[in-house]
Amino acid sequence: MSMSTDSRASQSLAPHARNPASPMPEDYQTLRFSYKRPPDFGQSPCAHYPVLVVGAGPVGLVTAIDLARQGLQVVLLDDDDCLSGGSRALCYAKRTLEVLDRLGCGDRVVDKGVSWNVGKVFFRDEPVYQFNLLPEEGHRRPAFVNLQQYYLEGYLHECASNYPNLDIRWRNKVTQLENSDAKAKVTVTTPEGSYTLSADYVIAADGARSPVRNMLDLESKGRIFQDRFLIADVKMKAPFPAERWFWFDPPFHPNQSVLLHREADDVWRIDFQLGWDADPELEKTPERVIPRVRALLGDDVEFDLEWVSVYTFACMRMEKFRHGCVIFAGDAAHGVSPFGARGANSGVQDADNLGWKLGMVLRGEAPVSLLDTYGVEREYAADENILNSTRATDFITPKSAISRVFRDAVLSLSKHHAFAQKLVNSGRLSTPSTYLNSPLNTPDSDSFAGIMRPGAPVADAPVVIANDERHWFLQQVGGCFTTVLFTDTYNPAAELSEMTVLQVLPAGVSTSPPTNSIVDVDGLLAARFDARPGTTYLLRPDQHVAARWREFDPIRVKAAWLRATGREMLP
Amino acid sequence: MSTLITAPNMANPDDFYEALIDMHRDLNETQSQAVNARLILLLANHIGDMQVLREAMTHARTEP
Repeated sequence: MSMSTDSRASQSLAPHARNPASPMPEDYQTLRFSYKRPPDFGQSPCAHYPVLVVGAGPVGLVTAIDLARQGLQVVLLDDDDCLSGGSRALCYAKRTLEVLDRLGCGDRVVDKGVSWNVGKVFFRDEPVYQFNLLPEEGHRRPAFVNLQQYYLEGYLHECASNYPNLDIRWRNKVTQLENSDAKAKVTVTTPEGSYTLSADYVIAADGARSPVRNMLDLESKGRIFQDRFLIADVKMKAPFPAERWFWFDPPFHPNQSVLLHREADDVWRIDFQLGWDADPELEKTPERVIPRVRALLGDDVEFDLEWVSVYTFACMRMEKFRHGCVIFAGDAAHGVSPFGARGANSGVQDADNLGWKLGMVLRGEAPVSLLDTYGVEREYAADENILNSTRATDFITPKSAISRVFRDAVLSLSKHHAFAQKLVNSGRLSTPSTYLNSPLNTPDSDSFAGIMRPGAPVADAPVVIANDERHWFLQQVGGCFTTVLFTDTYNPAAELSEMTVLQVLPAGVSTSPPTNSIVDVDGLLAARFDARPGTTYLLRPDQHVAARWREFDPIRVKAAWLRATGREMLP
Repeated sequence: MSTLITAPNMANPDDFYEALIDMHRDLNETQSQAVNARLILLLANHIGDMQVLREAMTHARTEP
């Protein structure tokens, strides 16, 4: 979550009254987890674990699940006993859904959530243009799924509970942390007192106010925006489509912006810009909120308030995400304005980037320096996210008279002029970063077109696997290094001792592809990878491109693999 | 890459200047500001070249 919500200004308004028949397992807002006495009380020397993850929000849960899937012993500590209060993060990007798919919980999120690709922008009382974030076919997941954060956390928690090697400890608050290069010593305070743990690594996913960050006297620095926004989640039967609607200066809320989003369970989020002078205590009261909602919906739409929150935000980040054996992820490491849905989504990408690297280091398969590339890649991504969300914020909330003049000029031109539509910035929505300058990349030595450069997240496409089953490409890769070889005919000699070689056959060659091969049934994979027979890609466990060539050369693949695992860096 | 043309480049400068002032006829201060902003945006897109645009912005900003 990118926004810092004043907890006192946040309140749940009769969340259960609307849906009393909701079955218990789905009532994630009232779910409380019981405290259980950890086995590590009063031990001397204290218990040691390879990894502690602090914070059971989306980022901490994804990190812990990814590590547990790799067979590591993980302790996940959370100071609270419940899931997210309120809908919060809400918009999960395609890349996040793909990460969740890799962890085995994408379907539940997509099935429960509201998929959308289209955004509409209004200026005053007129629609000025619309955009489609995923204008092409042949992807498993949509551009976005909207879902209340407590559902995401609930599903992740249920997934996490399936791992006996993942110990989730509620009401276990980290209160002290001693960090050295070799290991961390952590004091954990519970309702029945404190105990001590040590760990090779501590992942701090403990949110924007990160207590762990404070314990280490570290800062997250940046720009605080002097503006306040109101979130009103309303439950209603509404005729609006599942699209993102954004108003600049609408008649029902003059001089400010309004954003409308659909959530699960017939809940809609309305986000009103209030201005810096607004009183957060007053603005969250139903007496103030209801007339604002009515002004948008009209008098004849019946609705109930589900959740109300007044928030401010800042764009900031820590200078470095890794500090010895403490590694920061998500809002603890970086914060953005909410326009662009780059908070939780970038946090999940942090986890995706960190999981495989930490796993390899802990298994002794890669040097500790591989963890520094987590910093290099995700600090770069944070800068990209901050740049995009800062620009959106400056467009949405102009900071000077002339800035407002240009903003309105862009909007008024955008109705009739396509160029101006490109300038309208109601939020540049989260896309994954291409790690262009990552030390893990092997630079191209052959000529390629398209965006699947070393460092880029790979594109999805429909494929056929054995027994003529239709699947998706992203289901075939990830979790480990994979070499993908595009070929006209299956080549049984194309093998590597280090990893699987997945051969991609063109449609029509074979209806039942041999083991370790797939059929590019619609030709989209080859098109998206700019592939010809012989084209070879080395893919990382997080589904980013490490290297690519026009020919399959085991020696070059192995060199690139060593480089991508931090074992052979070019000077 | 092209650079900003600052040498005379108009067949008839007086025609342009008259048209520019005419564009603002009968407009109040606020309307004129908006028209100027739209004009800048339209011309900037026509130019397209970021280097030329940056150069023009630098000149515009540094004149006394």
